[in-house]
Formats: sequence, structure tokens, C-alpha cells
Amino acid sequence: MPATMTAGPADERVGESEIGLAGARLVLDPAGALWWPAERALIVADLHLEKGSAFAARGVPLPPYDTRATLALLERMVARWLPRTLIALGDSFHDRGGAGRLGAEERASLALLGRGRDMVWIAGNHDPEPMPDIGGLHAGELKLGRLTLRHEPAAEAGDGEIAGHFHPVARLVLRGRSLRRRCFATDGGRLVMPALGAYAGGLNIRDAALAGLFGGAFDAHLVGAARTYRIAHHACLPDR
Amino acid sequence: MPDIDAAPDDLLPEPFRSWFAGRGWAPRAHQLELLAQARAGRSTLLIAPTGAGKTLAGFLPSLVELAGRPTPRNSARPPGLHTLYISPLKALAVDVARNLERPAQEMGLAVRIETRTGDTPASRRQRQRRDPPDILLTTPEQIALLLASDDAEPLFADLKRIVLDELHALAGSKRGDLLSLGLARLRAIAPMAQTVGLSATVADPDTLRRWLVPQRGNGEMGELVIADPGAAPDLSMLDSAAHVPWAGHTARHSLKEIYGLIARHTTTLVFVNTRMQAELLFQELWHINDANLPIALHHGSLDVSQRRRVEAAMGEGKLKAVVCTSSLDLGIDWGAVDLVVNVGAPKGSSRLMQRIGRANHRLDEPSRAVLVPANRFEVLECRAALEAVRAGAQDSAVVRSGALDVLAQHVLGMACATPFDADDLYREVTSAEPYADLARADFDDVVGFNANGGYALRAYERFARIRQMKDGRWRVANPQVAQQYRLNVGTIVESTMLKVRLASAKSRFGGRVLGEVEEYFVETMSPGDTFVFAGEVLEYLTIHENEVRVARTSAKEPRVPSYAGGKFPLSTFLAARVRALLSEPERWQSLPGQVRDWLELQKLRSRLPGREDLLVETFPRGDRYHLVAYPFEGRLAHQTLGMLLTRRLDRAGLHPLGFMANDYALVIYGVSDMSLAIAQGRLSLDALFDADMLGDDLEEWLAESALMKRTFRQCAVIAGLIERRFPGKEKNSRQVTMSTDLVYDVLRRHEPGHVLLRAARADAATGLLDIRRLSDMLTRVKGRIDHLALTRVSPLAVPVMLEIGREMVAGGASDALLAEAEDELIREAMRAGDDDSGPRR
Repeated sequence: MPATMTAGPADERVGESEIGLAGARLVLDPAGALWWPAERALIVADLHLEKGSAFAARGVPLPPYDTRATLALLERMVARWLPRTLIALGDSFHDRGGAGRLGAEERASLALLGRGRDMVWIAGNHDPEPMPDIGGLHAGELKLGRLTLRHEPAAEAGDGEIAGHFHPVARLVLRGRSLRRRCFATDGGRLVMPALGAYAGGLNIRDAALAGLFGGAFDAHLVGAARTYRIAHHACLPDR
Repeated sequence: MPDIDAAPDDLLPEPFRSWFAGRGWAPRAHQLELLAQARAGRSTLLIAPTGAGKTLAGFLPSLVELAGRPTPRNSARPPGLHTLYISPLKALAVDVARNLERPAQEMGLAVRIETRTGDTPASRRQRQRRDPPDILLTTPEQIALLLASDDAEPLFADLKRIVLDELHALAGSKRGDLLSLGLARLRAIAPMAQTVGLSATVADPDTLRRWLVPQRGNGEMGELVIADPGAAPDLSMLDSAAHVPWAGHTARHSLKEIYGLIARHTTTLVFVNTRMQAELLFQELWHINDANLPIALHHGSLDVSQRRRVEAAMGEGKLKAVVCTSSLDLGIDWGAVDLVVNVGAPKGSSRLMQRIGRANHRLDEPSRAVLVPANRFEVLECRAALEAVRAGAQDSAVVRSGALDVLAQHVLGMACATPFDADDLYREVTSAEPYADLARADFDDVVGFNANGGYALRAYERFARIRQMKDGRWRVANPQVAQQYRLNVGTIVESTMLKVRLASAKSRFGGRVLGEVEEYFVETMSPGDTFVFAGEVLEYLTIHENEVRVARTSAKEPRVPSYAGGKFPLSTFLAARVRALLSEPERWQSLPGQVRDWLELQKLRSRLPGREDLLVETFPRGDRYHLVAYPFEGRLAHQTLGMLLTRRLDRAGLHPLGFMANDYALVIYGVSDMSLAIAQGRLSLDALFDADMLGDDLEEWLAESALMKRTFRQCAVIAGLIERRFPGKEKNSRQVTMSTDLVYDVLRRHEPGHVLLRAARADAATGLLDIRRLSDMLTRVKGRIDHLALTRVSPLAVPVMLEIGREMVAGGASDALLAEAEDELIREAMRAGDDDSGPRR
């Protein structure tokens, strides 16, 4: 599967890589989103909104700015791609009470994001039910063109599946430095998206749960400041 | 030594007099003086060398008082705790208790002496609260726990004396901050209690004297008693016949001589600066140990039981030598040690004196110590340290104020004990020396942090940990908060450690645990790499949960060179002495010939760094151009400087590729000719080294600095923002690091002035980033940059040049590395058929 740069010099402007998935042409946004030009759809995964306040409720008062940080990132992507459809692949809220805890400012940002476009909230294990008062459509999964979009990858080999849930990260040791980055993971048939949430952690792509999703070899596309970097999975290191 | 009859009867009554006399001893002058100060009701700092009977001096007043008190049955209620002893080491508390039991028993004193540490069974801890001993020996963390409970007041109400051992080792650290706050509370509960501080010689005793009494804005101080320092140490530098290496830290060239010293002495302590150096030296010594001398290894990563075995064997006099790190700087006295060897540079004169004091615990005989420099710069440093120790000159302590994260922990603890009034607690907290200058606004922010996270833009009122009651006092919101506090108490945030387990021959599982290594060390290894640990060369197989699985290997040379630098940076004080030595050629007579020649050559080819200016050399070498600066401000400050200079050079279009720093110098290398750029006026060194780099450049770098993130994590854990095991107990701390990094990113962007970020920045000023020292240096050299454009590398630059490529280069954007890796892998894939079997290196 060829990975070609469609943008100019990396330091000039944001570049993006194009990949093929079961015949569909998709663009990897280096901030961790997926742009599907044919459908004019912007796809993001695992926003985990209101994770900070979920921890605060358990006595761990994390800074309450994760939701606005995640939404700000989303706003920049939307401004860049001007999607007709915005799709969140589940675990959009960290827990069932998440939407209820949204601050006024965050609620307004969310409303603004959905203005003039379709917004689809796919069910995740953290947010299986529709959230009240956040607009958009709720779906268990979504078939769009040749592709199926769902939260958790299906058990059978995914041909043309885009999923989230696993928060893939890749680790490399380069010149004695250990690097750990969020990444897309794909074998050309299935694509697992990186988590976008400001407080979303990550699972190493060498972990059995993740690597097992792919029959054999697959690639990691590591997110970077200006572009993504494609590294074969076997070149990445496990952590624990 | 004073005659026993000089001791007034009432100062040292029976049975103490007979006990001293029976041993042919006489009380020392400082012991009597401490008794007199106690009699007068004054808190006192005792400065005494090891072997001076410091601990007994600290306890004598308590023992005398306890011996003279009415028997319990005559009083209405059982007496409470009389004396509290606090030591930085659990093992020391236990050892001191044992040493105290003996005279108490021999004199037939009815005194109950007990210890309380993390190892004390819960049943005994319960009982100690109900029915306290007369003397309790414990640690700062246990004090915090005791004070955070509602029975703290009855427990400590009768307290007469508090003895703080090794106070110099605690003051100036976060553990010291926590102890000072506990002390403030103890004094509030028992205002009449006296405090006695025991300390080694320090540059500034007044700070420690202020520790002992409540601060009320006038720098109040306790009394000072200085003991006879005893015989001056017999101190020398090993003048090795072998070639002194240009760089490196192993001192391999002096190995035979070190071995010879060990053979000729009864018991030798061989100090090195890092665990890895200890491993390497130990291994090398065993290679040449033809006489099979019992030589052991001791450092903080070894399994506790193994360390205890070494300590026990030491106590029984079964060992000829122990190779150790600062793990044995403090601790139990071993009478048999007659030589201390310090391998590598001492880094500070105070640490060196502490180590020297570990030899020969008899006051009247000199301690013997030999310094073994591992490279040429270390020769200079050893010479400077030697002169400092002979002059009795100590490193001056770093000026710092009490940490806000520690205060946050303490405030929560106080709410757990009993509801507090903010005004009262502020007054109490500022009576502690480290917090004497604490601003009320900072205190209020800390209270606010505990109440609702202290976030400006969105508060967690519903999830508060402490709440204000109708009368304005603060109390804990629910009992779980107190439970959380107890789990989180203390200021020691260990870097994440992984167990090293030897995989057995049959399976790759289930072998013996050899010890622990820092996770960041393992992070840079790939399966198949070899490294030295627990005295063996091991092969790294895999990581499983929190264990590193390793196998023995026949490899002689480890592939992973383990970081070579010292753990502690060169002290400012010693750095100034090294600069002075360099700038005065008439003093070089005391240096070995080859080192002298090296400096002469530098004078000829380039220039010598001056006392106050900053020497900068630029020269080409190979296909690269180099800039070397010699600030002598320690590795940490140099690393920060290297980061900032690299950014500036990059912006100036000079394409730096990386930098390397050691304790004395730093080198930046790149593909642009920096000599030419300076000559053409495209690069101004004055501008390059301007202190304004500590503004925006620093902020920008801190945003992504791994060291800053690590610093923040420690503050967040200590302050209780996150639990030590976060987010869930089932998760390992690998994920903690990730999560706190995310928290740092978000907080820094949305509320840069938050109290925890302020705490982290304060730590960065003196800790891993040493920003304050860098700032002092930049101010000092302003307008005094002495630049030379050379045609080739200068003699003085060789050591730091040799480190290039040996250690990891922390500079350079990680994205550039990723791009390189991608290209590399693409080339690799194009070159040969893709064979996926097994992990890649």
C-alpha cells in the first residue's frame, strides 16, 4: 500500500498522507483525524470528553480543561477540512454522566461544531446510550460507501472497517531516545484510529490485543507536528 | 577531654557518672554543654563529626530527666511520650534504638524505648498511640502520619524533647520541608518541648539553628554547640602511574592501585557516584581479585535483602571492601572501616567530608581517605576538593524556600487531624524555617487547591476534598479523603523501578530477582542488548509487566554503556575553586605531570578559562563545526544551556545538529561554520549567551521538556493531585507517566499560573534543570565572553568531544528522528527481501 506525501515541504505547511482502505482513498490528518474526501467526512475517535471531571468525582481533581482542549483541536480540524459530516467513533464521553457535566462554554463549542453539518455519535463502551442535549445522530455503527465505521473492531477480519477503542500508540528507540506517539494502525483492510481526547492514554500496537486485530503485517502511522510517519509494526517496540 | 569530676553533680547525676567511670570514659565537653542547655530549657544545634558521641549527646538530657522522674504509680495518669527522635533513615532509627537500649539497661533505667517505621506491625502501632513509650524513634513520614490523626494531641501533649538526627541531610530537601511543617505542629501541641538538632559540619549553621525554634519574623535561632572536630583527615589523591584518561568515569587505569589499597587495609569503603559505576567497578575488581578478597557491592537498586546481607557482613567484620554509592553516605557506624576510597570526582566538598567521616570512628585518630580521579578534569576537581576539605570549607547550601506541593500535602493532613482555621494554620506554617517567608496568597492557593483543585476557570465545588464549615474552619469532606491522604503521605517519589529477574535456563520465567533498575534505562534497550547489573553482564530478553527478564551471558563487554555521568552535578563552590586553580598556573605544581602538560598545551594552543569570564572556542573538525564553552556549572545547568543555545542557533539559521554536556563544558556541533558566522557578524556571542534566553525560549522548551514533565509529576504526586498509583490500582506506573504528561500539557496551556505549575517551576530552578545556576552564570559572564576561533580542536575540548556519540543526545526535534527512521526503514525494505521473523533492533 503506497504512502505518498500530498503536501509540500513539511515545515512550510501541514502535510498529510494518503492511504487506501478496501479501495477507498483516505487522508491521515497529522493531528490524529481521518479525512475521507469522497464523502467529505471527518472521522475522529475516543474523545473521552469530561474525563477530568469524572476523575474529580472520584477525588482526583485533574485540571478541568481537557474537554475544551479536545474541542479546540476538533475546531481546528473542522475549520481545515470543512466536512459535511463529522463522525465520532465512540467513547466520545468518558462516562454516561459526561454530557451532564459539560460546562456552559464547552456546551456552546459543541453546538457550534455541529452547525451546518451532520454529526454522528457512534456508541462506545463508555457511552453506549445517546447523550442528552448534545445534538447530532446516535448510531450503533455506520456503513458509509464501502466502509463500516464502528467503535470496537469486529471479531472477524475487518475488510473495510474503521474503528477506535484501542488508543494505539507506537514506541521507537532512536539514537538512544525512547519515543512514544499516538498512531493510526492499518493493514489496508482495517484501520484503527488514534484517540483524540486530551486525557486519553494509549495502548502499544505490539500488545497482543491490538496486534491480534491484524492477520499479519501492518503499519503504524505516527502522528507528528506536521505530518504522519509510516513505520512497519515490527520495527516498533513493545512496552508493557 | 574534660575530667569527669569537672561535670557538676546535678548536670550528670548517678547512675550516669558511675556508668561513664565504669567504662573508663569521661563525658565530652559538648555532651555536658547539651545537658546544660537542656537544663536552661533552650533548643540547641550540635555540630559534631562522626565518632564524637553525637547521638548519646542528643539523648543524655532525656535519659537524665527520665531517670529522675517520679515512678509511674505515683502519678495520676501514665506519662505520655517524652522524647521523639527523628532520623532520615529507617535503619538508623532502629540502630540508634539498639545502641540506646544498652546504656539504659546497664544503668538500670526504667525507660521504654521503641521504634516506629513502615515495618512496625499494625498492632504495635495501635498500641503505641494508646500507650506511648518514653522515647520513640521514627522517620519524618511517620511523624506526618501521626500528626494527621485525631489523637495527635493527647499523644504529643507531654512531649519534652525532639531530637533531629542528621539534620543537615534533611534540611533543604522536600523531606525536610515536610518535617519542618510537622515540627511546627508538634510545637503548637507541646509549646514547651525543646528541639535538638544533630548535624555534621555545614557552611551555614544559622539556617539549621532557625529550624529549631518557631520563626516570628526576626530570624529567631536556637543555641549552637560545636564539638571538637577531632584529628584532621589524612587525605590524598592517588597519583596513578598509568595514563590518566581524557574522558570516562570508570577509573579503570587505577584499578590495580585501588585493589592494592584494599588489600593493605582492614576494611575499605569504595564510594562511586552512580549505581552503574558501582556495577562496573565491582565487576572489574573481581576480574583481578586473585587473592579472592571478600569484596561486596551495595547500591540503592539492589534487592533489599541483598543490601541487608552486605550490611550485616560489614557489621561482623567479614568484608574486606564494599563498593557503594551514596546509599552508604549516611547510616550505621562500622568501627572497622579504616580507609575510604572515593572513585571519580567528589562533586562537592560537603559530600566528600561526609564520606571521609565514614572511616575510623575514633575521634583521636585521623580518618584516611584516597581520591581516585577517573579523568583529567576530575584530577583538577579532586585537587580543588582536597584543598577545600583541608581548609574545612563547605559547599554553601542552595537557597530555596519550602515547596508548595509539600505544603499542600501537609494542609490536607492537618484537615484530617482536626478542622483548622486558615489564619491559625498560616501562622503555624510560617513558624517553620523553610516557610518563614511564605506569602499569604500562596498559602491561600494551596488551601484552594485542596478545596476544589484551585482552578481559576472552572471549579470542582461538588467534589471538594476539604470544605469550610459555618464557623469558617476547614474540615475534610469525607473519611475517604483521610484514607487517600494516608496512602499518599511522604515526599519521596521514586522513579518507576522495574524488577530485574534472572530467567532460569529451562524456562524464560521464574528465576531469582537481582534488584531493580530505573525504567528510563530499560526504555532505551532492545531485546538482545547486554548491560551490567548486580555484578554480572546480563542480556535483556523482555519486559513482562513490571519485570525485566534477563539471562546471564558470556559477553565480557556490555553493549549498552549505561549513562556515564555523575548523579550529582559539580557544586558551585567547587566549580569556583576549579576555575581558580586553572587560572593560576603557579598552583599547578600539585598536579600530576601529564595533567600539567595538558594545561600548558591548552595555554599554548588556545587560552585558559578565566576566573570570571566564559571561554568559548569555535573550530572545524571532520565535516562538522563545533562551539565549545566552559562554564564549569555542572552537567544539569549545561544541559539546559545546551537545549536553549541549540534552539537559538537553529533560529539563526546555523543548523546545529546536537550538543553534549559534562560537568565542565558543553559542545554544540553542526554543519555551519560558526567561526565564520561570528567573523562576519552574523552571529553575536553576546546575544547568543544573553540571559534573555531564560524568558520565552525557556518557556517554549519547558512546554515539551521530558525533565519538566518528570518534575511536574513529582509535584502532582506529592500534592495529592494524583495518587501514587493512578489512574487505577490495576494500571502500572508506565501509564502514570503518560497520564501526567497529558495533564501537564493541558494545565500549562489553560492555566499556566496554577499553584502546581509554580511548584514545578520552583523545582526546575534548582533540580534537574538547574535554571537558577544557569541564570547566575549568564549574569556573571555578561560582556565577558572570551572567544577564540581555532583551526583545530583544543586540548581542553577533547574530554567533552569524546562524549559525543557516547551518550544520548537529548537535543534535536523528535520529528526529525522519526523522519530519519522512516527513510532508514524504507531503504532497508528496498535493499533486501522482507523477512519478518523476530524483533528488529
